[in-house]
Amino acid sequence: MKRWTLALGALMISGAALAQKSASDGIAEYRAMLADGNPAELYEAKGEDLWKKKRGPKNVSLEKCDLGKGPGVVKGAFVELPRHFADTNKVQDLESRLVTCMETLQGFNGAEIAKTAYGRGEQANVTALATWIAAESRGMKFNLPQGNTQEQVMYEVGKRLFFMRSGPHDFSCASCHGEDGKRIRLQDLPNLTKNPGDGIGFAAWPAYRVSNGQMWSMQLRLNDCYRQQRFPYPHFGSDATVALGVYMGVNAKGAENIAPAIKR
Amino acid sequence: MKKQTKYIAVAAAVGVAALVAGCSSLPSSAELDKMTADITKASFRDQGQAKVDRLVLDDANLECMKADVAGKPMDEKTAKAIEAANFASIKWPAGGQYIGDWKEGEKIAQSGRGMTWSDAAGSENGGNCYNCHQISKQEISFGTLGPSLYNYGKIRGVSNLYAPESAAVIQYTWGKIWNSRAYSACSQMPRAGHKGVLTEQQVKHIMALLLDPKSPVNQ
Repeated sequence: MKRWTLALGALMISGAALAQKSASDGIAEYRAMLADGNPAELYEAKGEDLWKKKRGPKNVSLEKCDLGKGPGVVKGAFVELPRHFADTNKVQDLESRLVTCMETLQGFNGAEIAKTAYGRGEQANVTALATWIAAESRGMKFNLPQGNTQEQVMYEVGKRLFFMRSGPHDFSCASCHGEDGKRIRLQDLPNLTKNPGDGIGFAAWPAYRVSNGQMWSMQLRLNDCYRQQRFPYPHFGSDATVALGVYMGVNAKGAENIAPAIKR
Repeated sequence: MKKQTKYIAVAAAVGVAALVAGCSSLPSSAELDKMTADITKASFRDQGQAKVDRLVLDDANLECMKADVAGKPMDEKTAKAIEAANFASIKWPAGGQYIGDWKEGEKIAQSGRGMTWSDAAGSENGGNCYNCHQISKQEISFGTLGPSLYNYGKIRGVSNLYAPESAAVIQYTWGKIWNSRAYSACSQMPRAGHKGVLTEQQVKHIMALLLDPKSPVNQ
């Protein structure tokens, strides 16, 4: 018993020292170990299957869906989103665009999907599709188009939203993501007001989260940031979330995409 | 259902496409501010205790947002006005009783709970202190968004809480926790007392954690 206590004590001390010395190194090592078998691969496989399968009231596949580079072009689409689409005359991110395709091509009810909780029903399918589509641009560099006025407007709106302090704690996105080299507890925080580097921030999501065993899309990532900011609930695919995507995506120009990443 | 219909109607009315129709150049900064406000209104809904009224910005938050977007500090006159208004709102403790129990303060400093849409309404709020500050030496999982508060009272010469020379530091610390913007117009620190995140009693406990010579913070 005594030996156990001693051993446990020693373990806790070394664990504590380790945590202080190199929390991020440890996490990086852990990630590297897991990356060989990132569970995101399962979602990728599911997403590819969903893309090619005939589904929905119209029983057609998504293979004619235009993600910005022409109908059916998947490779390279992810690193140029969000962007303006002529058919909807809106700036859309990957997930809201997928819902448009599911509605127009397959006959699903887009508003219903937008209202569905993350991880459930067709919303879970949108996440799997986004995971596969992101993976098809793995290793490519972010290069969002900014030629269209609406794209430029959404960048400016996204920037304003990023710095909007509100709620009972006065938090904005910039409270945590406005400076280099900061942490919350032991968690490193990327500075998202500029290019934070390859595979960091916008260039990492969708990602598989080890801590809760869930695949998180960018929309869900933003949703949980807003929850922690004590803001009200952002609608799925809302202009505010898309504008933030444009702001972060344009700032990340030249960063290499590693999505779907694996996170703590 | 009713709410959903309303949201769609509003979203359509303020769609970026409608706002920039006919424009081939970027709208003015003021127009972009207006668009941001409209998009914000259309993009969020109530969930649990987190209602959309949380999106109403007070003067301090509006002016700091503008300065941050512009990437330059606000003019001194505006900053001074924000600080004065926030200072005036500070509620000082009844009977000059500033100090609670540091052990309770440590618990509050550790907790990051409260006021999200997934927290039960009315549940006790934490102070979120360790998320951003080093405080005691024992807790190694601390954030770095704010300065280290280790030895906070000791460094400031507080060896006796009741000595007259301790009064100024004690008052400043209370004011800073209650309403950080009273001393720095665009401080990123939450206004724990002013915004009702922490109660007067909780602030007293945090005060003890930082200032009591017996607190581990000052060992």
